[in-house]
Order: sequence, then C-alpha cells, then structure tokens
Amino acid sequence: MVTSNSLVYLIALPLLGATILLLAGRRADKWGHILATLMSASSFAVGLYQLSAMLGRSTEERAISQKLFSWINVASFQVDAGLLLDQLSICFVLLITGVGTLIHVYSISYMAHDENRRRFFAYLNLFVAAMLLLVLGDSYLNLYVGWEGVGLASYLLIGFWNQKPAYATASKKAFVMNRIGDMGLSFAIMIAFATLGTVSFVGVKEASHNASQTALTAIGIMLLVAATGKSAQFPLQAWLGDAMAGPTPVSALIHAATMVTAGVYLIVRSNFIFDAAPTAQLLVVIVGAITLLFGALVGTAKDDIKKALAASTMSQIGYMVLGAGLGPAGYAFAIMHLLTHGFFKAGMFLGAGSVMHGMNDTVDMRKYGALRKFMPITFVTFGLGYLAIIGVPPFAGFYSKDLIIETAFNAGGAKGIILGGAALLGAAITAFYMSRVMILTFTSPQRWDEDAHPHESPILMWLPMAILAIGSVTSGFLFARGDALAHWLQPVFGEHGAEHSEEHLFSPIVVSAMALVAVAIGVAIAVIKYQLSEVAATAPENVSIFTRIARKDLLQDSFNEAVFMRPGQALTRVLVKGDDVVIDGAVRGIGRTALGAGSALRTSQTGFARSYAALILIGAIALIAGIWVVTQ
Amino acid sequence: MNALTLLGLLPLLGALLVSVIPNDQVIRIKQAALATTLLVALSAILMWFNFDAANTSYQFVQVAEWIPSFGINYAVGVDGLSLVLILLSVLLTPIVVLAGWNESEGGRWSAKVFYILILVLETMMIGVFAATDVFLFYVFFEAMLIPVYFLIGGYGSGERAAAAVKFLLYSLFGGLLMLASIIGLFVISSKNGGATFDITKLSEMHNYMSSTTQNLLFLGFFIAFAIKAPVWPLHTWLPDAAASATPGTSVLLLGVLDKVGTFGMIRFCLSLFPDASKTFTPIILVFAVISIVYGAFLAIGARDIKRLIAYTSISHFGFITMGIFAMTTQGHSGATLYMFNHGFSTAALFLVAGWMISRRKSSTIADFGGLQRVTPVMAWSFFIAGMSSLALPGLSSFVSEFLVLVGTFTRYPVAAVIATFGIVLAALYILIPVQKALHGPTTPGNENLADLNLREKIAIGPVLAVIIALGFYPAPLLNVINPASAHVIESQGFSDPLPSEGAGK
Repeated sequence: MVTSNSLVYLIALPLLGATILLLAGRRADKWGHILATLMSASSFAVGLYQLSAMLGRSTEERAISQKLFSWINVASFQVDAGLLLDQLSICFVLLITGVGTLIHVYSISYMAHDENRRRFFAYLNLFVAAMLLLVLGDSYLNLYVGWEGVGLASYLLIGFWNQKPAYATASKKAFVMNRIGDMGLSFAIMIAFATLGTVSFVGVKEASHNASQTALTAIGIMLLVAATGKSAQFPLQAWLGDAMAGPTPVSALIHAATMVTAGVYLIVRSNFIFDAAPTAQLLVVIVGAITLLFGALVGTAKDDIKKALAASTMSQIGYMVLGAGLGPAGYAFAIMHLLTHGFFKAGMFLGAGSVMHGMNDTVDMRKYGALRKFMPITFVTFGLGYLAIIGVPPFAGFYSKDLIIETAFNAGGAKGIILGGAALLGAAITAFYMSRVMILTFTSPQRWDEDAHPHESPILMWLPMAILAIGSVTSGFLFARGDALAHWLQPVFGEHGAEHSEEHLFSPIVVSAMALVAVAIGVAIAVIKYQLSEVAATAPENVSIFTRIARKDLLQDSFNEAVFMRPGQALTRVLVKGDDVVIDGAVRGIGRTALGAGSALRTSQTGFARSYAALILIGAIALIAGIWVVTQ
Repeated sequence: MNALTLLGLLPLLGALLVSVIPNDQVIRIKQAALATTLLVALSAILMWFNFDAANTSYQFVQVAEWIPSFGINYAVGVDGLSLVLILLSVLLTPIVVLAGWNESEGGRWSAKVFYILILVLETMMIGVFAATDVFLFYVFFEAMLIPVYFLIGGYGSGERAAAAVKFLLYSLFGGLLMLASIIGLFVISSKNGGATFDITKLSEMHNYMSSTTQNLLFLGFFIAFAIKAPVWPLHTWLPDAAASATPGTSVLLLGVLDKVGTFGMIRFCLSLFPDASKTFTPIILVFAVISIVYGAFLAIGARDIKRLIAYTSISHFGFITMGIFAMTTQGHSGATLYMFNHGFSTAALFLVAGWMISRRKSSTIADFGGLQRVTPVMAWSFFIAGMSSLALPGLSSFVSEFLVLVGTFTRYPVAAVIATFGIVLAALYILIPVQKALHGPTTPGNENLADLNLREKIAIGPVLAVIIALGFYPAPLLNVINPASAHVIESQGFSDPLPSEGAGK
C-alpha cells in the first residue's frame, strides 16, 4: 500500500484546536469560535487535497496508509497507531469536515449569545478529530479510540447545558447506552484476536479467508451490537431522542449527519466479515428493517420538531443498515444514502434551529404555523431537504432510498418481499410524518403566541443551510449517475462489489413507481389531516392507545426501566446492604468470637492490646501448623 | 553504594532531616519533605533510564549477609515489574506531599511526625518492591503497617481510630499466614541444599514439595496478598480505611500499598508455587470476576465519595488479579501496567475528591451540585480522572484494561466476557457522581467554593498529563514490563495461545 505522511493533519488540526481552546479557557472567548472554524475548514482543505491526489492515482494505488507509532505492543498483540485512507474513508472525511465546517459557521451565529461559546467550539473540534480517527484508523482498536472519542464529545455536547438536570440525565443515558454497544466492539476485537491473531483491517480481511464461519459470525454479531449502540438502532435506540437536549447544531452534525452513521461505516468497513457470515448478515437486515419502521412510527407522533427529526434519523439509518446488511449489492447504496442523508438531514436540523431561533427556542410544532411567510429562506432550504427525504425525484433521497428498496426486494424469496415491503411501508410513513412536520411548521395557519416574533436568521446561519440544500437537490443524481459512487467504492468491497443481482423481483421502474405511490399516499394523508383540517395548538389528550404508545416512543423507556434499570437498582441496594450486614458482619463476628472481646474492633487501648495478644496467639498456632505441614 | 539501597535510604535521611527542624517551623518541615521526595523521584527516573529492559534478571543487585545462621540476607534488586512499581511509589509521594500541604493540620500529632511517617513509609515502599530475600520482603511488608496505621489513626477523619485498627487487624492476620508459609519454605530449603530465603533459590523448592504442602504454603501467601489487594470477600477494610484516611494517605494506600498484594501474587505465589498456582487459578479467577462486578455495583450504590473510589478500586483490583492468573503475556503486561495506571487515576480521583471535601466540609455526594460552573478546573480534573477510571480509550487505563481483557479472553473467555460487563458498570459509577456533583444547578452550600489554587494545580497537572500521555504512548512502560511478563509466563511453562483459526485451516 502507498504510504503517506500527511494523513495525520486531518486529525491533528481539529485536535489542536480543541486542545488550545480547552486550555485557554475564558481567554479564548473572543477568538475561540474563529480558530475552531478555521481548524475544521483546514482539515476539509486537506481532505480535498487528499481526494484530488487519490483521483490522480490508478485504482489499485488509491488507498494510502500512514504509520504514526507503535501503540500497544505486547508479544503477538501488536497494534500501531496507523491511519488508512481509501475510497470509503475519503467519503466520510469530506462529509465530516465539509458538513462539520458548515455547522461550525452556523454555530458562530447560533451560539453567539452563549457565554460558553468557546467551550462549545472546543467540543465541536474534539468531535471532528475523534470522528476522523474513527473513519481513518487502520485497525479495529484505533477505530475504537475514535468510537469512544465521539461518544465522549457527544456526551459533552448533549450535556452542554447540563445545569438543567434533564439534560444532564440525557447525556448520561447516551453515554451508558453507547457503552453497551461499545462492549460489543470490545468483544468483536477480542474474538478477532483470539481466532485470527490480528485486529487490523488488512490483517482481519486476510485471515478471514481461512477462518471458520462460526468465528466470523461471532465477530459479525458483536460488530452489529456495537453498531446498534452508536447508530441508535433497535434495541439500543432509546438514547437518541433524549440527545436532542444538545444545542441544535450538535443534533445536526453528530446526531444526524455523522456520528450516528458510524455503525453503518463499521458494518460496511467489515464487509469481508459479513460477506462470509450469513447469519450475522441476516441479523443486520432484521435490525435495519425493525428500526426503519420503529423510527418512522415514533416520528408520526412527535410534536417536538427536533424529536420528530431524531425519530426520522433513526429510521433513515435503519434504511442504511438494511442496505449494508444486503451484502455486496447494498454496501454502496447504504453509503450513498448515508451521504445524501448527511446533506438533507443536517440541512433540516439547521432549519429547525433557525425556526427555534426565530421562535424563542420553542420546539413544539403545534405552536408554529405559517412560518413560510416570515422565514422564506429557512422554508425553501428546509423544503428542499423535505423533498429529498421523502424521495421525490430528482432530489437526493429519491435515488439513494429507491436503490435500497429495490435491492431489498431483490434479496430473494420471502426475505425479499418482507424487507422490500418494510422499506416501502417505511417510505409511506416517512412521507406522512415529514409532510406533517412541514405543514405544521410552515404552511398551516399560525398558532403562535403574541410574544413570538418570527424572523429570518442571519446569513451565517442561512448560508450553510443553503449549501446543504444544494446537496439535498443534486447529490443523489451525481452519485447515482452511471453508478458513479458504486464504481468508486468497488475496490473496497472486492471483486463482487459492483455485481448487480441477477434475480429481479420487480424491475427498477416498478419499484420506483410503487415507492412514488407510497409517498403520494403518505403526503395525501398528512395534507388531509393537517393542512385541510384545523390543528390544535396543544396536543389532544383524547387519542387512541396507538398514538399514546407512539408518543412514548413505543414504550422503549418503560421497557428498559422495567427490565434493566429497576432490577439493577434493586440489586445494587441488596448488595450494598449485604456487604455491610453479611460480609462485613461475618468479619466482625469472626473478630469478636476469635478475640473473645465484645468490642474487639472498638478502639480503647485495652481492647486493642487484647486483640493484638489474641492475634499473636492465632499466629503462633498458624506457625506451628505451618511447620507441622512441611515436616509431614 | 548500591543505587537501589541509596534510593531506599534517601527518604530515611530526609526523615532525619525533618526530625531536626524545630516543631514550629512547619513550612521548613514541609519544604524538606517535598525536596526529599522530589530528589527520590528524580533518582528513580535516572535508574529507569539506566535499566536494561532486555535483561530479565534482577538489576542494581546488592546482597549482604544479615542473619547468616538462618540464611537471611539483605538482598535487593529490580526487574521490570518492581521497577515500575517503585517508579509509581516515588512519583506519587511528592505529589501527595504537595497536594496535601495542609493535611497534617488537625491531626493528633504534629506536622513533623506526619512527614516523618510519610518519608519512612516511602523507604518501606521502595524496600518491599526491591527485596529479593523473602524474609526481608516480609519485614518490609509488616513494618509498612506501622506508619500507615498512625497516618490513618492520627491524621484521618471520622472514625479514624476504628478504621485504623480494622486495617491493622486484617493485615496482621494475612501477614501471620504468610509468615507461617515463609517458615515452611525455610524448613524445606534447609532440608534441600541449605537454608535460604533467596527468592531465586526458593523458586526451585517446589520440586521438593508434595502438592498438599505446596497448596497450603501457596494459600498462606495468597490470602495475605488477597487481603492487601483486596480481593472479594476480603475487602471490607478498604472502604473504611479509605473513608477515614487523609486523601494523601488514601492515595498511597490504594495507589501503592495495595499493589504489594498484586505484586506479591506475581513475585511469590506464581514463582514459588507454580503447580499450586495452576490448581487455584479457576477459583481465583472466579473471585477476581466477582470483585470486578461486585466492586462496581457497590460503587454505584455508594453515597460517600471516598467509599465510592474505594469500591471502584476493588473492581480494578479484580481486573489486575484476573490479568495475573490468565497466564498470558498480554494479561500479565496489562496487569502490571494496570497497577501503574490505577495508581495515577486513583491518585487523581482521591486528590480532587479530597479538595472537594475539604472545601464543602462533606464527603456525601448528594451535598455537592453544579460544581462545573463554580469551580471549573476542579470539576474538569475530577472528570478526567473519572474518565480514566472508566478506561476511556486515549487515557492510560484503557491500554491496561484492554490488554487484561484480551489477554484473559484468549485463555479464559468466560471470565473475560463477564469482566467486560464491568465497562458498562464503570460508566455508571463514574457518571452518576459526575452528574450529581458537577452538573445540574448549583445547590446551596456550593455557591462560594473556591477553585483549585496554584499549588493544587501544580500537583494535579502532572498526574493528568501522565494519564493522557500513557494513553497515547504506553511504550516507555510496556518496553520495561514486557520482558518481565514474558519471563514469568515462560518460567511457568505457559505460552500464549495461538490464534484458533490458523492460516492452515
């Protein structure tokens, strides 16, 4: 592989920014946001340079690596701090630094009135550095460092306003649920080392050719566990909604465009494992299909604009996971949807932030309405993102989502019909809940209070939204044209990468038609329910049991609390009590009995002297016993 | 004079110096103590640079006859394992002196006595790790109890006297069992080639023991070390001692003294009784795994911040014990590195907790609230220390914890899998106090707490720097540790398991 010595700058620049800002403290109040934005932009520039250099090399020589130093080196366990940039990671590098820089710019204005803005930017830079390490690390262990690093940044940013107890709890919840997933990653690395003797991507890929299916299936399942945690997939999805406690630019960058898609990256990066482990692969599609419906259903019931978008993110990542689980036919489409989603979802989150900015930080969509007139730029950019996510041609989501639905149908047999059907149903629900968001916010009659004075946001905020909107419009077409992205990524997935599935349940045009009908139905229902009927300014209480369950996120928290949290708390109480009464009680009892003094462990001088004398007696007995034993 | 002996004598000389400074010149006493400990630390670092990592035999060796009629020698020397632990001891001591500048106030005795005790303890810490004569080791092992007893009982808080006695009784009990085993070893050696307490010669003696004898002698040592470490269910002295001791004493107690237990398991249990070690490995692993999970649950349930840190240590000592008995190079190197890293992360936690407690006049977690906005530097220091305790990748503990896990997994997957659940529990036992004490609104009683002063920043800065630096670049320590680990594994007749899916399959 070609080696390079410039990859490290991608990570070093934002890391330096974060370090300077954290150490400088309040002294950085005046310039911290500018430094952080420049660092992120410089990293993007390095990324562009790397892309152009990569384009200049032949296909076989595009992947490059850099060994920084020998990190952990104990006998056969050898892990370098090494970076790998190939066709897959460059996509992520540009997404992370590109969208990241736009969100830095947006935040300059969005966070302008926060007294801790420089700390916010320090965390953002820290996040960008960790996320870049995640996608550039050349081994599972290096990836792990980035993986928990983004978890830390996410924790710090969700809890940025942690003086509010609920926000502090949300950040803790996110960290702990992510750690459950991280445990899966630990297991995967341990199994890989025990069975294959290596944890580097190149090494594991090499060794996987000769490995048993059992080992690969075990690794694959553990990687899936890791992915469900980080990417908020069923059953570790419950943290994402609460994570909306973080400032909105964070929701756009971390909890929509980049970090939460890390699970998809992990699965696609480990294609050589999943290709050889059908059981693990099947579990991947099941998780994806369940989550895409789960998120969509939750999305229909949310009145909080950020939580509706969060549910949507969960659902869209479900599509990506589904695509990644479909094997060589789906990897490229999963990545394509990941990239287009990065544009349109980040754009919509920034739009939501813009709306909140104009509405005194209200997030309740029932208190919105008619904002189209007051916030035209936000309306247009958000609207383009909306058209992209529901999959209207020729916007980005149309291409990427259609390809996943089509590939799902082509999975063959009952599996294909179930997966394709789920994806199609998801598309209809997506169209419904996103239209609901759009209508409630922008086009239905106004329902806000007198003291709200909606206004368009300043240019530093709307410009990033506009740029992302351009991506929402064009990216799908550009990626899909002549299978451009699929061809680009093909070397990562090996020879069978670009093969098209032979059996077609439905021809592409039929799938597109079905998807459009599904979308039309979803939009129509939303229009009838929300545009043509009156919307209550407060959420109606008298609703069906289904609505109530959906509002409570399909009871995810109730389930976790009943099954894990409360039994765990009860166990903790029992152990705390038991430690004092049983274990220490036994020790105290033995002490009293052996020493024959009621207050052996009390402290009077005489008591102590007596105890000591007794101990010497015991010691003497032990000595005699010891000598007796050895002379036997 | 031998460099190692000189290193061990330096703190004693410092203690002598302190003892001649008049009682009322407290500041001079403190300066003398700090200067001595800094000099010791620098000397030890010099020694580290002159240590030949590739050489697995003892270095800086000195042997002198002590009690010839019993074959007892003054014999010292270091290998990679003991060097790392001596470094840990002498690096933490000046930090403890500086961080706890005012700890000696409010004690039963004067500041002078406090610093003499600390310096004497430092000599003993160096001695206990450097001794290559089993009897000499035993002398240091027992003598160490005396300064610690007086440090807890004389300068601690709360029920300090009761805690000190509990600590002493537990330790004496273990020490006596060990003494019985040592005498047993002596008897065997005198029957087989001449009485000796030399560790290298004694490691041949297992050939002359019946398996019952070996098992019993092993247990004498192991129980003593399991109390010290402490391993469940012999742990209940630790939370009491840690809660009552001054923060500085707690750092030395949990950071260094408890390591004598895990050090002893490697140095004595494994090398003197290889067959018994194999016999008891399954049961010891069970106790280690229980310690990991149990300590974590008790930490989650703890209301007192010092007790919380003590329980997290029980969990961490479970990891170290597991790594030792997994008998793989990764497990061993991980366990040794873990001893060092745990020393630093616990030091950071205890020192910051101590500052929080002395400001708030309470050690109950619920009494704190919203410190991040009142005392940001103190809050950040606590947070980074906490992240180290939960083994966040990028910080030093991650390297050692992962090595222990991966090293255990290759031979004992079930133990490693259960232990890995500890990382989720660790997230809880750190983030719960972080949320309660640092986050949320600033609660009454916390509004006017002062942030860290310059002295405190100078004390905590290097600790945090080491935690971060070793997380990214553990090689300076691993290079010293690895040959020693490989040597132990090899001399025990083990070799690392090969990848189960060989290339030939």
